Amino acid sequence: MLEIAGLEAGYGGFRALHGVALTVRAGEAVAVVGPNGAGKTTLMRVISGLLAPVAGRLAFEGADLAAVPPHRIVERGIAHVPENRRLFPRLSVEENLRMGAFAPASRPHFTERLEWVYSLFPRMRERRAQLAGTMSGGEQQMCAIGRALMSKPKLLLMDEPSAGLAPVIVDQVFDLVRRIRQEGFTVLIVEQNVRQVLELVDRAYVLEVGTIRRSGSAAALQADPAIREAYLGI
Amino acid sequence: MKAGWPLLGAALLLPPFLPISDYTLHIIILVLLWAFVYTSWTIMGRFGLVSLGHGAFLGLGTYVTALLWNHYGLTPWAGIPLGVVVAVAVALVIGYPCSRLKVVGHYFALVTLALTEVVRLSIVAWRDVTGGSLGMTPNAVPPESIVALQFTKFTWYWVALGVWALGLVVWHRVDRSMTRSAMDAIADDETAAAAVGINVTLQKLLVTTVSAALTAFGGALIGQYQMYINPDTMAGVGVSLQIVFAAISGGMYVILGPTVGAILTIVLQEFLRVLFGTRCIGAAATIYGIMLIVFIIFMPAGICGVIVARMRKRRAVAAAAPAAG
Repeated sequence: MLEIAGLEAGYGGFRALHGVALTVRAGEAVAVVGPNGAGKTTLMRVISGLLAPVAGRLAFEGADLAAVPPHRIVERGIAHVPENRRLFPRLSVEENLRMGAFAPASRPHFTERLEWVYSLFPRMRERRAQLAGTMSGGEQQMCAIGRALMSKPKLLLMDEPSAGLAPVIVDQVFDLVRRIRQEGFTVLIVEQNVRQVLELVDRAYVLEVGTIRRSGSAAALQADPAIREAYLGI
Repeated sequence: MKAGWPLLGAALLLPPFLPISDYTLHIIILVLLWAFVYTSWTIMGRFGLVSLGHGAFLGLGTYVTALLWNHYGLTPWAGIPLGVVVAVAVALVIGYPCSRLKVVGHYFALVTLALTEVVRLSIVAWRDVTGGSLGMTPNAVPPESIVALQFTKFTWYWVALGVWALGLVVWHRVDRSMTRSAMDAIADDETAAAAVGINVTLQKLLVTTVSAALTAFGGALIGQYQMYINPDTMAGVGVSLQIVFAAISGGMYVILGPTVGAILTIVLQEFLRVLFGTRCIGAAATIYGIMLIVFIIFMPAGICGVIVARMRKRRAVAAAAPAAG
């Protein structure tokens, strides 16, 4: 579904990604794990069109994604839950969700999708009129995921959904991700919380200083001594 | 309160029939026409696109219309749309790169500030055609000419009332549109807005275009009404500042805010004109500047913003009281 090869990207003179290659097949959940500053967020920004790649191939369902602006990428079926949630704090929960269905193709389905997101996250229905900026971190993450789901994406990109949340809330957020998976969404998730994310994905890539160091099934990586030592603390 | 609106509407139909002086009617017409311009500014200003360039759109609208009439005899019915087209073209030429290069906030204000001065100085420099800093007068015909768009004050009142109402309708439509939420989202977090699928550049250019077009239209009408235009009062930083002052002091998040701002601004302007006469030419602009700073610091939501907030609070208290008792 998503194919990336030889990807180079960066900011100004700084190169954050060197020849990154990865694939996501339909129905899979794939994680990209690695330490801070490895280039995980850069990778997400490139896929969602917020950052133009310097070189490399980026294809979604066979069509080239290079130089496609972000709003067109959403229309093609890739939705992005950005790092730190990035809700619109002065808009209500419902307005935030409405913005997720902004693409012309999504607008006619707004009401039905809103119902669907509310049925997935009943808490959001309770909070519909509240300003998004006044909710707790976990609720904000729920709203950010709901906002991305409003475009009914084929592929959901999640950037560090557990970042900045209390451990109890992190568990809840990973439960949410599990439910999204059960709904049949293809998910590409970037995480520093390697232990927990490997529990819920099929495969993972290890990204370090802009390069993919390792990849394999979640089970294989969990068993890998180097990974266990560096990331799982065992 | 609800019952008050039709009454207020009916009151607006009265002024031309009241035994008020010509001067008072003149001030009311000016307030309505300028209120339309200020309302047009808030259509983009309320989303953090603080333009100091609306003097440019105003000047282009008014000068294109008047020049075509004086030099080619082209009726304002064609001249005004052409002026609007020129203003929109300039708005797009400035707005597109600003949006793509993420020129926002103070930098956007500075870019538009330069634009307004470019237009003013061009009018001054092109003296043979525009009359330079002495200004120009549209060639007059006997009044009540529909072709020349020159009327008596009685007719102008209805024209002014009509465009003022048009401004409110457009403001309301924008307020209820998806574009409003999208622009609020962009003002909150531009990157996140792009990430969820909002075409940031398109939305910004949409409000910029509407705002510039209406401003040029308003400028052309003010020129037609006053029958005298001048680069210092219809273009340049002075009038840009006046527009921003009126919009902010009245309140740019409330539909009638710019109108309240217009009453304040026009009355203040007349007061200063009488007070200073032709002495202290820069005094008015200085006073606007100082008052603008005072409003931004102490009353950023403007007069109407404060009134609406008070009313909401009172209503909330009234709603909570029976529940508590």
